[in-house]
Amino acid sequence: MARKAPEINAGSMADIAFLLLIFFLVTTTMDVDTGITRRLPPPVEDPDQDIDVKERNVMKVLVNSRDRLMVNGKEAFVENLKEIAKDFMAIHPDNPEYPEVQAKFIEELNREIVTSKGIISLKNDRGTSYKMYIAVQNELAAAFNEMKNELSIELYGVKYSQLVDERSIKGINKAIPVRISEAEPQDIGGL
Amino acid sequence: MARFKIKKDRGGGTINTSSLPDIIFMLLFFFMVTTTMREVSYKVRLNLPEATEIQKLEKKSLVSYIYVGPPLNSRIFGTNTRIQLNDQFAKIDDIQEFVARERQSRPESDRKLITTSLKVDSDTRMGIVTDIKQELRKAGAFKINYSSRKKAQRRSRR
Repeated sequence: MARKAPEINAGSMADIAFLLLIFFLVTTTMDVDTGITRRLPPPVEDPDQDIDVKERNVMKVLVNSRDRLMVNGKEAFVENLKEIAKDFMAIHPDNPEYPEVQAKFIEELNREIVTSKGIISLKNDRGTSYKMYIAVQNELAAAFNEMKNELSIELYGVKYSQLVDERSIKGINKAIPVRISEAEPQDIGGL
Repeated sequence: MARFKIKKDRGGGTINTSSLPDIIFMLLFFFMVTTTMREVSYKVRLNLPEATEIQKLEKKSLVSYIYVGPPLNSRIFGTNTRIQLNDQFAKIDDIQEFVARERQSRPESDRKLITTSLKVDSDTRMGIVTDIKQELRKAGAFKINYSSRKKAQRRSRR
C-alpha cells in the first residue's frame, strides 16, 4: 500500500486570514483630507510697486487681532459677510457705488456674460486667530460658490457641483472668477 | 417507551466552507491595498477649524503636509505654537528646504501639482501662518490647502 501523503489541516486557514483581516480593518484610515484650496500669488519683486485698482472695484475686508471684521470702513460680522460679498459682486452697470462691469464673450458657454471687475481684498492682523481667518475665507468662498450655482442653474438647470461637462465648468469658472486677493502682510493692530 | 426518531442525514446538510479562506483572503487583500498607515505621528495638537466650502484633496501622493499647533507634550516643549515638518519640530527657515526636498522626492512631471496642506490648530494666531505662507511663496509652492473639517449644519452642498 502506497504511503499516504500527510495532509495539512487547512481548517485554521480561515482563522489566520480573519486575524490579518481584522488587523488591517482596524489600521485602515479611510479619512479623506478636506479643506479650502487657495492659490498663493508669486512673490513680488518690488514691494513698493502697487497695482492700481480703482477704489470702487475693491471690497476691503479687514480682520483685526480681536477677530473683529471691518468691510469698507464699516463693522461687519461673519454671519452677514457672505451677503455683503455677494451684493458687492452683483452686476450694477450704472451705479458708481458698485464695481465696474465688463462684458466678456466666454467661448465655453458660447455667450456673452457681464462680469464684475470687483476684487475682494482680505487683510488680517498677525494676531487674528486662525479659526476666524478660515471662517472669513469660508464665507467669501461661499459667496462665490453661490454665484456660480446661480449661474449654473440659470444656464443648465443644475447646481455647479452637479455639472459634469468639463467645458461648462471651465466656462462658469471664467464667468465668475474667484477674486480674493490677500494683502501683503503688515501689522494693522487692532483695538 | 418513547422513541426518538433519529433523523437521517439527507445530504447537503453542511455548507461547504472550503472556499471561506479564499473569500477572507480577498477581503484581506482589499484592506491591505487600501490601508495607508499614517506616516507621521502628530507632535502638535490639531483641532482643525470647521468650514462648509471644502474640497476634497485628490491624489494623496502629491500632498505634503505642514502641521502647526501647540506641542502635545507641553511639559517638555512648552505651549508656544510650533511647526512640525515630517516627524520633527522645525523652524520657519526650514520650510523652503522642506519644500525643495518634497519636490525632489516626486517625479518630475508631478512637481507642479504638489499641494501643500496646512494643518493648523484653530487657536493659532495668524502671524505664524502668514510667515509660513510667505516662505511657501518664496519656495514656489503656490498651491495650498487650509485643512478643515466639514461643518455639519447649514446648507448641504456636495
